[in-house]
Amino acid sequence: MHRLLPHPGLSGMLLVMWMIVFNSLNLGVAVLGLVFAVLVPLFSAPFWPERARLRMGLPLVRYVFLVLYDIVVANFQVARLILFKRNKDLRPAWLSIPLELQSAEAITVLAGTISLTPGTVSVDISTDARHLLVHALHTDDPDGEIAQIKQRYERRLMEIFA
Amino acid sequence: MTTLLDALVAFLIVLGGAFALIGSWGLARLPSLMTRLHGPTKATTLGVGGILLASMAWFPLHSQEWSSHELLITLFLFLSAPISANMIAKSYIHRRFRRYSAPEDVETELPAPPGEGTDWATFGSSKFDDTRTGRS
Repeated sequence: MHRLLPHPGLSGMLLVMWMIVFNSLNLGVAVLGLVFAVLVPLFSAPFWPERARLRMGLPLVRYVFLVLYDIVVANFQVARLILFKRNKDLRPAWLSIPLELQSAEAITVLAGTISLTPGTVSVDISTDARHLLVHALHTDDPDGEIAQIKQRYERRLMEIFA
Repeated sequence: MTTLLDALVAFLIVLGGAFALIGSWGLARLPSLMTRLHGPTKATTLGVGGILLASMAWFPLHSQEWSSHELLITLFLFLSAPISANMIAKSYIHRRFRRYSAPEDVETELPAPPGEGTDWATFGSSKFDDTRTGRS
């Protein structure tokens, strides 16, 4: 079973994506999707020698909804900055966030989250992978911003990627 | 009921359009590349999101056919927006803050990561580069 399905999560995701692409619950579509869901992980296995351990559960679901909520809030904040803040009052800043997360996958998710949420874009990672370079559109308190990102996202991601 | 839903769809379209407009306006008026990057990565997410939600609500209502493709568009948008922003930002710091090729051009605006002998991965190579390709 393990040899046939080396990555059940990936297989499940591929099948769901396949059904969504065809927009149907037809049996034929499902069978063909199942064939690809088995074959693609088998052939792509050499590309992921070690794989992230992800805890499926409530923290993950809560994280997704937190990020969705923050994206909406972020949009209003950035819109307000764009519309009402004069350029000379704008204080953009580079933030260097110390990372506690270890795995590449977890850091990628954190970087993606940062890019999608309040006024921040992640730019680069340090060579020893212990700091993340982030650009903030406007901040009066860079240290507070860093603490907030660590507290709000990184702590939750550490629970999810065990 | 239909009128109510139509009003909701109209509201979502207007909201989406407004955010897409604000995002583009930000692109036009913000002062530097890094600040301009914030407009399209965020304001546009809700802009496109609003229009996709409207589309998901409108089509089952008026042509009795539900389409799931909007979900995929949202997913791909969430995957691609941070990555393209990241690539633009990386090439920007690479061109602007050259560390190795021309030391006299080094600018001081960009903070170096704290710690001995480290730099941003754009100027060196990340520790993930060799764990993923070299070691078995």
